Amino acid sequence: MSKMVPIPSAGLVPERDLNKTPVLEARNLGIDFGGLTAVDSFNLTIAPTEIAGLIGPNGAGKTTVFNLLTKVYQPTRGTILLDGRDTAGMNTIQVNKAGIARTFQNIRLFDKLTVEDNVKIGLHNHTKYTMWEGILRMPRYWKEERAAHDEAMDLLGIFGMQDLADHQAGSLPYGAQRRLEIVRALATRPKLLLLDEPAAGMNPSETAELMENIRKIRDTFQIAVMLIEHDMSLVMGICEGIAVLNYGKIIAKGTPQEIQSNPEVIEAYLGKRKEAGR
Amino acid sequence: MRQNRKVAAPSLAERLGGIKKTTRTDFLTYLGVTIVFLVMLSLQGQGMLTNSLSGQLVPICCYIVMAVSLNLVVGVSGELSLGHAGFMSVGAFTGVIAAQSLQTAIPAAGLRLLAAILVGVVFAAAAGVIIGVPVLRLRGDYLAIVTLAFGEIIKELINCLIVGWDERGLHILFNIKGTMSVNDLGLSENGIAIIKGAQGATITRISSFPAGYLLIMVTLIVVLNLMRSRSGRAIMAVRDNRIAAEATGISVMKYKLMAFVVSAALAGGAGALYGLNFSTLVSSKFDFNTSILVLVFVVLGGIGNIWGSVISAAVLTVLPELLREFDTYRMLVYAIVLILVMLVTNNEWLRQLPERVRARLAERKGGERP
Amino acid sequence: MMLFLSNLISGISLGSVYALIALGYTMVYGIAKMLNFAHGDVIMVGGYVCFFATGQFGLPAPVGILLSVLVCTALGIVIEGLAYKPLRQAGSLAVLITAIGVSYFLQNAAQLLWTSNPKVFTSVVGLEPVSLFGLTISDETVVTILACVVIMVALTLFVNRTKMGKAMRACSEDRAAAQLMGINVNRTISMTFAIGSGLAAVAGVLLCSSYPTLMPTTGSMPGIKAFTAAVFGGIGSIPGAFFGGILLGVIESMAKAYISTSLANSIVFAVLIVVLLVKPTGLLGKYVPEKV
Repeated sequence: MSKMVPIPSAGLVPERDLNKTPVLEARNLGIDFGGLTAVDSFNLTIAPTEIAGLIGPNGAGKTTVFNLLTKVYQPTRGTILLDGRDTAGMNTIQVNKAGIARTFQNIRLFDKLTVEDNVKIGLHNHTKYTMWEGILRMPRYWKEERAAHDEAMDLLGIFGMQDLADHQAGSLPYGAQRRLEIVRALATRPKLLLLDEPAAGMNPSETAELMENIRKIRDTFQIAVMLIEHDMSLVMGICEGIAVLNYGKIIAKGTPQEIQSNPEVIEAYLGKRKEAGR
Repeated sequence: MRQNRKVAAPSLAERLGGIKKTTRTDFLTYLGVTIVFLVMLSLQGQGMLTNSLSGQLVPICCYIVMAVSLNLVVGVSGELSLGHAGFMSVGAFTGVIAAQSLQTAIPAAGLRLLAAILVGVVFAAAAGVIIGVPVLRLRGDYLAIVTLAFGEIIKELINCLIVGWDERGLHILFNIKGTMSVNDLGLSENGIAIIKGAQGATITRISSFPAGYLLIMVTLIVVLNLMRSRSGRAIMAVRDNRIAAEATGISVMKYKLMAFVVSAALAGGAGALYGLNFSTLVSSKFDFNTSILVLVFVVLGGIGNIWGSVISAAVLTVLPELLREFDTYRMLVYAIVLILVMLVTNNEWLRQLPERVRARLAERKGGERP
Repeated sequence: MMLFLSNLISGISLGSVYALIALGYTMVYGIAKMLNFAHGDVIMVGGYVCFFATGQFGLPAPVGILLSVLVCTALGIVIEGLAYKPLRQAGSLAVLITAIGVSYFLQNAAQLLWTSNPKVFTSVVGLEPVSLFGLTISDETVVTILACVVIMVALTLFVNRTKMGKAMRACSEDRAAAQLMGINVNRTISMTFAIGSGLAAVAGVLLCSSYPTLMPTTGSMPGIKAFTAAVFGGIGSIPGAFFGGILLGVIESMAKAYISTSLANSIVFAVLIVVLLVKPTGLLGKYVPEKV
């Protein structure tokens, strides 16, 4: 971990300003699958540099929320405002260009390409040279490729992964694949980063490191992060706001302390614990 | 903001090392093709090639271009196209029409060939757009069968064409009912019939081996440089994971179409060169079997492996010439090899078989020791 | 009017053959989720087996058909086991190319064994043609349609009522889940291929009875068109294959009569393309979205 991105001193990180336009605002969001309501009345705001958590039992609809926010599914009801702008009518690609990047619960890398190329694909919309400029290797090709290479290396540096740049993405160990997915998402220069179970399959020390890195990403890039996670130590450790989803509906919202003492949340989770105890 | 994160960038040497690897294989591919071309050219000049092999030189060039361009769709873009010969056909017949009707306008054969190839490229690219836009939305199996269907449609449409040229310009008839002939074109005395429906085209041969070499080089440069550029990366991203590509802001349709159209355009160039290498040409030459033959080249050379396509197209075109015996069993052997290559490269158990055998042998050796 | 009716009947006659082939296609596609390019060539093999049994060895027609069904069923199981089973985890590109390889293998093996000279097939149906309102419907057509209906009903009953049928439906819905529920997926898919290839043999015999020229490439074009028919009717749907086949036959026959003989195949393929673009699930199919 010698090659680290320098963290701006604590003083540079602005206080969370909840009066600013939220980076994300979901109003009354919902989706039905053939008469079955998967997510309903989903209301949430995320401040520009907030780390937010979305938790809930399995099958509560957490990933569906991500799929709605990124327009993998078109919402049946409700509005999604990104930086105050309505995303109605946008598709996944436009939503990404507008500033939402994500990772996937079941890792989705470009397996046959190198680690560096995976990150460069994240930079796709920030390089501008055309197909012809690429084929004929015009000056803009060389200039932008060099810049893309430098930026990709810098981004890989967040997780100390520069040495892996030439490796095939699909051949990386599981943890490195998860980290690469985050790097690729960051390369699209999002305002809001959605992480779907980033700590899945990691051991406690890896999780602790990941936690540090998520915080560092927020501080360095001044972006908002929303994560789905089952590891409560991670969620309670870094999230400033948490929403609890059960059966497709938000049953509680608040700070980690508030969530931990919320009777409904305790019931949702205790119910499970009772079953497990029997 | 971004500039703040400038950190421990890799050294220049490291960076050059990173670039070098692909550049080196690309360079070796260009070099290899050039050397083989020069050797063949001098052999041909000294009359050391058999007539049949000499006659195969241009077709070999065409098949190499076909294989490399199909690999752009199958290997780089990850879609199975079974109608590649259709684009070759479009290029061949439009190229032939152009070359035949430009005989007086461009007397120099080389320039006329260039013009014909360009016409073939443009028309095949247009066909690629017309076909690609609607069908590239379809999933793998459906896409394969639809490209096959388009290949057959192109073949039948060209079979209906009657084209002639005189000083007033081109005359084109579309012989749907099968009742028309060249006489219906109303050509003047100086007019020439170019395509006579199902009887095919009559051609003044102008293709040459050096032109074939140049076309291969252009094809290689286009495909390899495309693969190493942002557009190429986007094409491969779509291949590896469509959903992740969309989430990364990449338009799936745009890049699938790009690969498809560039591939079609190159096949059109190959078609024009191929057509102008013969004195007659019928559209049934470019049928499903030709598409499959090119697919065999791609699979045997390695899906996604460009220089592999070059070698396998060349070797598999020459081989039947050298081994007459082999010709009878050629297609059967191709079929078996096609299946075996797919099994060995895609089945875990078979892929690890050699290693396991080696390990077993080593074990036995060790066991026998007293 | 008379001409139109006679075109309609020749369309239905052609369509019934497509329908019969499409039944096998749709079944394999629906359950094994792969485009079995070699299906048309299994049909060709079925035709040859029956040709040699009845023509060369003078066996009675029913024995010839039975023999051809047995050979094709075995062939289907062998192809599946050797070429497709090892690729169960592989991508669709690999499976598709392998299937093309198998198709090519069968065609070229047939060419080496039996030469590419066309053989004249004697119809296995020895009944009288049926006259209806002054139009003659050939006995082959009547038998093919009857066979289609019988097979369609039998297949529907089999898939809906038997344990094996239930296993097939489970594999078609979700292979992994079926495996977890204790269904032997490999055996089920093998069985599907066996049934599909057995049907191909019947289709081959009836195809050659109606259109008596038999060559190594006899099966490929009808195979592709039957796939078109299966897609038209909605891939995976048994009644869909039947209606798709009949409709496609009628379209082809009408195109030949009223538009152009030389563009008939193009028109059939144009139908395929339009159907796939406008309603990719076909007339009776259902849509399955990709899971993220």
